[in-house]
Order: sequence, then C-alpha cells, then structure tokens
Amino acid sequence: MAAPDALAAKDLLGIEPLTKDEIQLILDTAHTLADVAKHPIKKVPALRGRTMVNLFYEASTRTRTSFELAAVRLSADVVNINVQASSVVKGETLLDTAKTLEAMTVDFIVMRHGSSGAPHMLARNLQASVINAGDGQHEHPTQALLDLYTVREKLGSIEGKTITLVGDIQHSRVARSDLIAFTKMGAKVRFCGPPTLLSDDFAALGAEVHHDLRAALTGADVIYVLRLQFERHRMGLMPSVKAYTQRYAITPDRVKWAKPGALVMHPGPMNRGVEIAHEVADGPTSVIVDQVANGIAVRMAVLYLLENGRTKRAAAGGVQ
Amino acid sequence: MDAAAIDRALVRMAHEIHEKNPDRMADLLLIGIPKRGDVLARRIAAALERACGTAVPVGVLDITMYRDDIGSKASIPKPSDLPGSIDGKTIVLVDDVLFTGRSVRAAMDALIDFGRPKAIQLAVLVDRGHRELPIRADYVGKNIPTAPDANVKVELKEEDGSDRVLLEEAR
Repeated sequence: MAAPDALAAKDLLGIEPLTKDEIQLILDTAHTLADVAKHPIKKVPALRGRTMVNLFYEASTRTRTSFELAAVRLSADVVNINVQASSVVKGETLLDTAKTLEAMTVDFIVMRHGSSGAPHMLARNLQASVINAGDGQHEHPTQALLDLYTVREKLGSIEGKTITLVGDIQHSRVARSDLIAFTKMGAKVRFCGPPTLLSDDFAALGAEVHHDLRAALTGADVIYVLRLQFERHRMGLMPSVKAYTQRYAITPDRVKWAKPGALVMHPGPMNRGVEIAHEVADGPTSVIVDQVANGIAVRMAVLYLLENGRTKRAAAGGVQ
Repeated sequence: MDAAAIDRALVRMAHEIHEKNPDRMADLLLIGIPKRGDVLARRIAAALERACGTAVPVGVLDITMYRDDIGSKASIPKPSDLPGSIDGKTIVLVDDVLFTGRSVRAAMDALIDFGRPKAIQLAVLVDRGHRELPIRADYVGKNIPTAPDANVKVELKEEDGSDRVLLEEAR
C-alpha cells in the first residue's frame, strides 16, 4: 500500500486507531509546518474559511492555546467556549451543546472532557471532525504525538529507544497515549511509580512495570516525568507528598541513573520540587520547553491532515 | 521534446533572463516550484553561469499550503528552502508546465509571505494554454497547444531517469 497522504478517519480520538504510517505522516508534516513559525509572516492560508471550536470541560491553558495557535497559523477561525459561563451550567447535555455548535457550521471541535469516551460520542453524532484533547483517564493523542516528535527531533529516531515514564501513571491519559504511541513506533516503554499509582495491569498493555526508580531509569534514553494529579486523587493513594518525593522525584542525582544525555520531558504543568527538581526541569537535557513549541506544529499537522482526508472523501463522492 | 530540445530551450531561456535583467543579475534569484521546477531552476542557473559568469542563487518554494484545491493532489507539504532574504530581489519563478495558472498564483502568495521582492518573473518549460487566471510567463521553453483534458508530462533525469516531454491525449 502506498504511504498515506491524509488521515483515514474523520476524527482524531486516540493514538490507538492510527496506523504507524499515519503517525509517520503526522510527524513528517509537523516537521515541515514547524517552519511556518520562522517565517516573517507566521501563517499559511491552508485552512482559510474553516472554523475550529475549543470545547474544554476541564481546565487547560497550554493545550487550548496550542490548538488555538495551530489553527490561527493555518488561517482557520477559532472560537473558545468557556464552559463555566455557557449553557452547560444551565443543564444542557453534551450532545445538545455539540449539535448547537454544529448548527453554526463548525469544521473542527477540539474537546477535553473529564469522562473517558465523551469525544467518541460526539464524533459518532456529528459531521465535524472531533479531536480528543484529553478524555478522562483514557487518551490524549496530540500530547503523545508531540512527545514522539520531540524525541525524534532530539534523538534522531524513536525505534529502539527506551522511554521511562515516572509518577502518577494510574490517573494519566498521557501515559496511556504515550505507551501506545511509543510502542507502535518501535520503542520500549517502562512505567515507574508507587503501587497505588501504577497497577501491575499495565504489563498486559505492553509496558514494563517498575516500582523501583533506579531499575526503571537504568539504560533509559528518555525520562518522562508525569504530574502528580492531586485533583484526581481520592484519599489514601499516597501516605504523603514527601514520601512520594523521597522515592520518585527526579533529582539531578537520579537523572544520572539513566543514559548519559537522557532527555527529560514533562507534559506540564509541573509541580516543581514535587515530581521534578528545579535543577532538572531547567537542566541541560530538559526538552520541556521544546515540547510546548513542538505541540503547535504537531497540532497544525493534525488539523491539516484531517482536512485533507475530508476533502478527499468529499471528492470521492461524499461517501462516509 | 527530447533531451536535446529541453536543453536548448533551457539555455535559450537563460539567455533571455540575462537579456531582460542586464543590471539586476546580482539581485536575481531562481526559485523552483517542486517537484520539477526546482530541478529546472538548477539547470537554468548552470546555463546562466556558463552564459554570463554569474552564479545565481537557487531556491525551492513549496506551495502546498497555498493551493486552492487542498486535498485533491500532492498534498503533503515539504520544506521550502530560500537562499536568504528575498526583500528587494528580482525573482524568477520556475515551473515545468504552465496550465491554469493556479500554481503560479499560489507561489506568488507564498513568496510574498516571505518578504517583498522587487519583481517576480515567470519561467516555464512548457506553456500548454488554458489559463484560468490572468497570468502569463516571461520565458517559455515551448508552447504546446493541448486539449483541456490532455496531460502534459515532463520527465527529468534527476526525478524520472530521463529527459523528455510527453503529450498524453485523454482516453
């Protein structure tokens, strides 16, 4: 089969449904589109006349802004729905909200929701392309794509690399999407955290499960630090933050357990001094700021390739 | 057109570019539109250097994101590579076939997002007619009258293994 030049699906709901070729296509396209940020005019007209809605039911600054800038750099128009101030608080259902948006002829809906599967429900019911910007503890595909992109740019390749994700795996949709994404691209993924934040079930999904940080970091090419999600914790998952920090915080000394020059990544926002030390977050191998910049290029690629697929399907006779 | 005819056409175009821009050779840039315009731009630059001794910088301009038919063909963007600032430069855009003029429209929009050239000229190996926009070429290798649904195929050694221009009638 020839290499794809668009995404096959109408929506981007997770990494799971993407093929390896499609992921490669997104990364290659993002690599080209990253140049747009260096032009004197940081904008191309590709999605002129298209409209993207940011529909965020959970707080987010960086992901929402990143999608907004991605759309703007492709010349699409952007509407941000402030859920706190919308009719959601008046009791409107998710589907009614979406149908209302669609009646306003929206092309892309970028959605973050606390319930796993919420974007899937929207996608089934709408013509617009739905992009999952995080659903519950399920997936966060564009984060995983920008993580892949960052590793590829910094290390030259993904295949054969060892990625160790440390921390609150249990509550992390980033960990799930990264596990699927890096595994698909031929890397090895290790998970490390205390047993209450990392169940052994993840081994069945293909991750190497560690509760000892030193063993998890030995030989790692990438140290991926996850945020402790205090807002999702019910009582009793950790004896105390201090106990967590003592065993699992990524400090300059512990970075040395990994391969020399191992990248340090974090999806943000960071709890400095909790899961990651200041010196590591700002250290020479930290690529946390690069992740943010790369996020825009990767989301531009996703928007563009979804649009490409849609146009192709329409040209092929409106099937689907 | 065979390899010799293509070669003659490119050399003649190089001379015409020199004649039309006698005082601007130092500010000239040849910018090719992939994936065959950039090959042609390099060949014209080589011919120009032989003809007048000036090495004219060559660049590549990807127009994917500026097209008005997104999704219909060749739709994956590739990097552009311009030789430095284009402000105040005289640019000769190079493409293989001039047909509707839509690619050239996209290329001009793309260029203007990179800066403010002094002038933009257009060189094409084949002009096959059927313009849909008010665009014309300054330098033409060969005019080939065609039916609107025919296909003009330019093959070049660097991309296709051999040099030739084929006119394929619609089936």
